[in-house]
Amino acid sequence: MDWGLILSNLVHDTIVFSTALIFASLGGLYSERSGVVNIALEGMMIIGAFTGAVMTYAFQDSLGAWAPWVGFIAAGIAGSIFALPHAVASVTFKADQTVSGVALNFLAAGLSIYLTKIIFDGAGQTTTLSTVFNKFSIPGLSEIPYIGHAIFEAYPTSYLAFIAVFVTWYVVFKTPFGLRLRSVGEHPRAADTVGINVKRMRYTAVMISGMLAALGGATISLTTTSNFSHNTVSGQGFIAIAALIFGKWHPAGAMGAALFFGVAQAIKSLVQIFGLTNYIPTEFIFMLPYVLTILVMAGLVGRSSAPAALGKPYDTGSR
Amino acid sequence: MNSVKKVVEMRGITKRFPGIIANDSITLSVGKGEIHALLGENGAGKSTLMNILFGLYQPDEGEILINEKVVEITTPRIANELGIGMVHQHFMLVETFTVTENIVLGNEPKNGLKIDIQSAEKAVEKLSNQYGLKVDPRAKIQDISVGMQQRVEILKTLYRGADILIFDEPTAVLTPQEIHELIEIMHNLVKEGKTIILITHKLKEIMAVCDAVTIIRRGKVIDSVLVKDTNPDDLAAKMVGREVNFRVDKSEARPKETILAVEKLTAMGNRGVNALNNLSLEVRAGEILGIAGVDGNGQSELIEVLTGLRKATNGRVLLNGKEITNQSPRNISESGLSHIPEDRHKRGLVLDFTMSENMVLETYFHPTFCKNGFLDYGAIDKHAAKLIEEFDVRTPSIYTPARALSGGNQQKAIIAREVDKNPDLLIAAQPTRGLDVGAIEFIHRRLIDQRDQGKAVLLLSLELDEVINVSDRIAVIYEGVIVGIVDAKSTTEQELGLMMSGGKVMQGGGNDE
Repeated sequence: MDWGLILSNLVHDTIVFSTALIFASLGGLYSERSGVVNIALEGMMIIGAFTGAVMTYAFQDSLGAWAPWVGFIAAGIAGSIFALPHAVASVTFKADQTVSGVALNFLAAGLSIYLTKIIFDGAGQTTTLSTVFNKFSIPGLSEIPYIGHAIFEAYPTSYLAFIAVFVTWYVVFKTPFGLRLRSVGEHPRAADTVGINVKRMRYTAVMISGMLAALGGATISLTTTSNFSHNTVSGQGFIAIAALIFGKWHPAGAMGAALFFGVAQAIKSLVQIFGLTNYIPTEFIFMLPYVLTILVMAGLVGRSSAPAALGKPYDTGSR
Repeated sequence: MNSVKKVVEMRGITKRFPGIIANDSITLSVGKGEIHALLGENGAGKSTLMNILFGLYQPDEGEILINEKVVEITTPRIANELGIGMVHQHFMLVETFTVTENIVLGNEPKNGLKIDIQSAEKAVEKLSNQYGLKVDPRAKIQDISVGMQQRVEILKTLYRGADILIFDEPTAVLTPQEIHELIEIMHNLVKEGKTIILITHKLKEIMAVCDAVTIIRRGKVIDSVLVKDTNPDDLAAKMVGREVNFRVDKSEARPKETILAVEKLTAMGNRGVNALNNLSLEVRAGEILGIAGVDGNGQSELIEVLTGLRKATNGRVLLNGKEITNQSPRNISESGLSHIPEDRHKRGLVLDFTMSENMVLETYFHPTFCKNGFLDYGAIDKHAAKLIEEFDVRTPSIYTPARALSGGNQQKAIIAREVDKNPDLLIAAQPTRGLDVGAIEFIHRRLIDQRDQGKAVLLLSLELDEVINVSDRIAVIYEGVIVGIVDAKSTTEQELGLMMSGGKVMQGGGNDE
């Protein structure tokens, strides 16, 4: 047995499965750093996966290889629009942010399947897409034995995810926008007194959040599954929230946590290769990412580093 | 005063909140280079007026002139642009940010897309040198002292080019030494051409730094006078509306046996470091022991350990010789300890319960109020009616939710409940915070009554005057230890202030009166 190859495959698969989680947890990061709890990442991912699949389906005959890109971009736009009700409810109307997020999750699940049935003549899922993203090998680097396959042979969306981590870190910690974003999440009144528009910042953050989560959702339907159905996302939005918390609301931390949960999913396929499925029911193996999420959340992290104003609506008139 | 250019004029400002008129046709005029005090009791409407000037609230009526031009200040940003800056009572600082980040927030110097943090730090250093405001530009807010945080607040306004600075109760959180430094800073600011409006209810400060004072009572301007033409008694009478007696009359204490003994108590604070370090003290029957100290030196943790809300990691607490260390709050309460908590909204009352229910929060399970597992509301209501009558709690009825009462009446209700338990030890933590002079007099009277009835009283207060006037002995707490115990009659504010900031005092010193 070639352990090098197995490890190489494991890393390769980890990156594939982590991509969606990285996008979505970065999305959560913008929203939560601004003080708005975003449990609706799941729903935003569903909308992204759905929009990505449908738009790619619509353009795959006319645009060919460019169609997934159209789907991907459309998913981002749809996600930011879909996030708007969450901002309206939790920022303007000061509703409970968890309730608003849960409502959005239900809406996404129902709406996407309803529209799928209308578009695809009553089918519960989209037809399999003929064109999706293909893995892209970086010339030269991908030739390196083991490492090349592990790291330099990935979907373009995976490369984008890692770029997004860096960009998010830069934006959040180096730019005036980021400083203001964090101030609004820590002490909105202080931000208000220096002339920062708290509501506008939070709206912006929630919409960026929707966009990134939807991009994450689209990476699933446009890479691994090649279609959209009710279980395309299946809880990855919640795992992304776990990754955000596990990563202590830091882009690099969230990425690390997303990779950690990605390993759990990658092991799934590895186990199948080994034929262990003859001894362990597959259900148990498929449970792995979720069980890990629970264990990590229960055992390892306190919430001490959460933004101080997370979940608290900002009331300008409060005396 | 009339020859000086008016930088701020507020004319006929009226602001209504549901149920009350916070500002009733207020007129205020401040000359350039002046330190102008806004004097009034809590809830008189001072902060509302200044929040209007700073753009946080909009007035319902009236107009504002800045530098003799009519302006509309709808947001703090516009106030900033007009050169108005505010040093808030509760600092508007982001704890996890550095000093520099807090100062430049909203007006960040840029280098491409990035914040130019180097030039920001230089600008902060330059400003702090110019005005003698010592700060470390790279320190995080959560790691610096309250005094330095306040200097950051001042720098924030100066960085934005403020010429008119509003200080909202700036001395509430400072030690006497820090207050002294602040007064120095204010003089420096005026020398540099700034104008200062000082919101306060402390007469001493007004006499020490201000040029003029406007007195507000119940939303109305009572008078506006020059400080050199007035005196503290006159100001107090105008602020309260009647003659005020600042002295607390009390007889000599006659302490008896030890009620509370705290031995080498150690406990962890919220930040994971020890908030109490081997702290020992004793309170005897028939005396009031006051604890003086700057906020955050372990006072809250001490009270929490004594009342069972926080676990001690080491040491013992004895009440009447019986060990109560780390017992449940109910056990401790049943052993004869009553507690007037620091935060009456969080720990004193359940705001949405009726007054009647609030009166039995600690005793509802006693056979008097609880029959066969059911609450006896007849008995509970009778009990509440009796207490409310006895302690003169002004409430529409015993079924009114606690939330609807004024702060003073809420506090009276808590004291009624705690005193009625007939405790051996009464702990009063900041019992008069946010209350007006009338309520303060009442509460001080009650504490002394308890003492005279032979109870032990432990008083914790951040107001040095209160500690000195009410206590018999004063223990000074600094970084989780008692650094000294002095006699309240012979000590001075200077002596206490020195101990509060960690300086040791030689025994027998401080008899300079």
